[in-house]
Amino acid sequence: MASLGLACVRLCAGLTGRHAVPCLRSLRYLSGMTVSQIDEEVAKLLQLKAQLGGDDGKHTFVLKTAKGTRDYNPKQMAIREKVFNTIISCFKRHGAETIDTPVFELKETLTGKYGEDSKLIYDLKDQGGELLSLRYDLTVPFARYLAMNKITNIKRYHIAKVYRRDNPAMTRGRYREFYQCDFDIAGQYDPMIPDAECLKIVYEILSELDLGDFHIKVNDRRILDGMFAVCGVPDDKFRTICSTVDKLDKMPWEEVKNEMVKEKGLSEEAADQIGEYVSMQGGMDLAERLLQDPKLSQSKQACAGLTDMKQLFSYLQLFQVTDKVVFDLSLARGLDYYTGVIYEAVLCQTLQPPTPAPAEQNGAVSGDEAGVSVGSVAGGGRYDGLVGMFDPKGRKVPCVGVSIGIERIFSIMEQKAELSAEKVRTTETQVLVASAQKNLLEERLKLTAELWNAGIKAEVLYKKNPKLLTQLQHCEETGIPLVAILGEQELKDGVVKLRNVATRDEVDVSRAELVEEIKKRTSES
Amino acid sequence: MSLTSNQFLYCLLYILILQIDEEVAKLLQLKAQLGGDDGKHTFVLKTAKGTRDYNPKQMAIREKVFNTIISCFKRHGAETIDTPVFELKETLTGKYGEDSKLIYDLKDQGGELLSLRYDLTVPFARYLAMNKITNIKRYHIAKVYRRDNPAMTRGRYREFYQCDFDIAGQYDPMIPDAECLKIVYEILSELDLGDFHIKVNDRRILDGMFAVCGVPDDKFRTICSTVDKLDKMPWEEVKNEMVKEKGLSEEAADQIGEYVSMQGGMDLAERLLQDPKLSQSKQACAGLTDMKQLFSYLQLFQVTDKLSAEKVRTTETQVLVASAQKNLLEERLKLTAELWNAGIKAEVLYKKNPKLLTQLQHCEETGIPLVAILGEQELKDGVVKLRNVATRDEVDVSRAELVEEIKKRTSES
Repeated sequence: MASLGLACVRLCAGLTGRHAVPCLRSLRYLSGMTVSQIDEEVAKLLQLKAQLGGDDGKHTFVLKTAKGTRDYNPKQMAIREKVFNTIISCFKRHGAETIDTPVFELKETLTGKYGEDSKLIYDLKDQGGELLSLRYDLTVPFARYLAMNKITNIKRYHIAKVYRRDNPAMTRGRYREFYQCDFDIAGQYDPMIPDAECLKIVYEILSELDLGDFHIKVNDRRILDGMFAVCGVPDDKFRTICSTVDKLDKMPWEEVKNEMVKEKGLSEEAADQIGEYVSMQGGMDLAERLLQDPKLSQSKQACAGLTDMKQLFSYLQLFQVTDKVVFDLSLARGLDYYTGVIYEAVLCQTLQPPTPAPAEQNGAVSGDEAGVSVGSVAGGGRYDGLVGMFDPKGRKVPCVGVSIGIERIFSIMEQKAELSAEKVRTTETQVLVASAQKNLLEERLKLTAELWNAGIKAEVLYKKNPKLLTQLQHCEETGIPLVAILGEQELKDGVVKLRNVATRDEVDVSRAELVEEIKKRTSES
Repeated sequence: MSLTSNQFLYCLLYILILQIDEEVAKLLQLKAQLGGDDGKHTFVLKTAKGTRDYNPKQMAIREKVFNTIISCFKRHGAETIDTPVFELKETLTGKYGEDSKLIYDLKDQGGELLSLRYDLTVPFARYLAMNKITNIKRYHIAKVYRRDNPAMTRGRYREFYQCDFDIAGQYDPMIPDAECLKIVYEILSELDLGDFHIKVNDRRILDGMFAVCGVPDDKFRTICSTVDKLDKMPWEEVKNEMVKEKGLSEEAADQIGEYVSMQGGMDLAERLLQDPKLSQSKQACAGLTDMKQLFSYLQLFQVTDKLSAEKVRTTETQVLVASAQKNLLEERLKLTAELWNAGIKAEVLYKKNPKLLTQLQHCEETGIPLVAILGEQELKDGVVKLRNVATRDEVDVSRAELVEEIKKRTSES
């Protein structure tokens, strides 16, 4: 009865647009609310209304970014550009192409691909069209792209932002919007060569970025599964035991064993057997030894994985990267879609205690070293089944790839820049065109245009009669190395005073030779 | 406290609408869950409406265009920033007028209400205010999102790039304005898109013109948007809209018609400053004086044209390491690693025993200019056959000098 009344009022409101009668108060009485409760509800609704479309002309500037996101200021952008240039030139050196995909996908595309992590996906509001979600990674869009374009072979990189609604610990560099930098080789090839190239690429990138010492752990899903089988883990517990083993990089063995036995119901005997294997590390020698292992060699899967591991190491030797690659049986990557080799690159800094001290959580400096936390900076593996999930005929396109943890690398580089004496420039300007005297704006603008036309990076202050000191200060603040000073006498003589900002050395250069001289000096640096 | 009837009706409306929305959302969610997480794999081979992937060829073109544009911005001493793809809904609310309905909202998943950015200017303003910045010269290249009806073939999408350059701060008048125009001129010339021209005007001149032509103050903006259509409609139709639809007097419309047909350079600005009618508007005079100043700076900023043309490759690989004989995979891999270590862009086929023809075809298809061919005899002699793919010229190069030779040849191109 009350709701019918309310509906009528709604109709009236719709028709007349505005006025209603306070008989509504009696309707409210019927629905059992008190007036003060109504007031409360009204206030909430008005708030919501304001949010929903307050085009009342009032201009509010909310001075926050969304939770878990941040702006990049020019310094951070300069660091970011250097990192991307290093990474991209490595990809290009290996003959990779690049693609780009939209920031949102049809919700259906992402559904069912991320397991438990699906609850972290950002959905777009249903505004009457297709249901959309922000991409969660670059791998599923890649698989969709391959299937959509019926591509069977491609070597591609993709650098773009992805979106995850988890609880960011901002100071530890985890955000809800962050860059991923993926490199993948798709296609049927002779085994392990592309897998080896992926590792070579990780090695090159981490070396060139100069992040300090690192190592890359490799393992294989088939070896893990074979190991679980021969240790007596029931088939249906493989994945869950796998994700427990994955925690070995954060928790000691005792706790991991405890989780396997107490929480996941594994027998203590099986857990102990697993414990023996996962402590093993080595190179090709370990793979050979394990092929002789009486227990493990009973698993066909494990043998296949071990044989491929040997092949991989032989290629890694040819690629000269074995000094930093280690076959580590405790490596178990989280995502469900890996089918073969898996790997993870870790920076070696000071040993991290299991629960980080507060200082480290804030990224503070400890001693001589930057407050770099140990953690993976790259990870990946082979995933042969994913593209088939997108193809109506289930056609498989085998893939192997790696994702570089670029946000972590940014944090590290930002900290390094903070600590070093070297200033990070945010512009690339080579020369400021200046004058000591008044009424020389026209001449300054003319000379600046000449320099721009010759491809030189130049600036001029937007002031008719700036003081020389102001102009020199601008150079010092922004790191401009040269200043070209005009004056009445110089103009008569057809010269320009070219000054080195750092040393203050000054020399007269003829107008005709100025461009040449600037190019010479800036290419030497 | 008592409610006004307005407020009360709004409440009811919103309660009911919200309840409906909630129920619909629940059902759609359920549908999505039922359709997805049942282990069955659905084959959705589409991008969202109004969006598209960029394939490698498109990316190669895009990279060239961005490089040209960015190097122009850098040449002028601009910095760059980046902002998140979504903002708090409040930040975008009330800034876009009628276009607000085109904003993509994110679903309320229990946290802040968010929307995808609609342009780069509002985020820029937020960034300046948030960081209390008074002076900056910045560019920002990023995608923005608008839910309008894309006519895909006409190049309008719901997700598309914007490339903004802005100078913020108090400066001596018209110099930064002139630099912006210089930048547009440089970019369009370097991109080699053909002939172009840049039209300039001034809001104060327009408003002054409307005032002296007898347009009522409250009609300025709406008459302005009609005049804006002159690039798409002939004067007759524009006049018609002003008079018939917007209620302007025919006399006023005719007077506007005389002015809007004028084009010129600094000379036009000078002439208009002498115009008996227009010079009565202080606003117009200020705008015209600044226009003269602008043109004087534009004269000092002369521009030159440039030409460039290149084949579009999607990779930058310089040399393929190949072999004509079998069982040379190890040697190929070794040599490839040597080249990578020397910074040379190299590829090798993922095949133990590929045919030479296959390897050469790969070079031709992807535009790789050189191929380094290994063979038993060559390995004994310590040389590599370096072949120019296009000309087929081949020469033996010693292993020690190979890197040098490749670098020499690829820097000449």
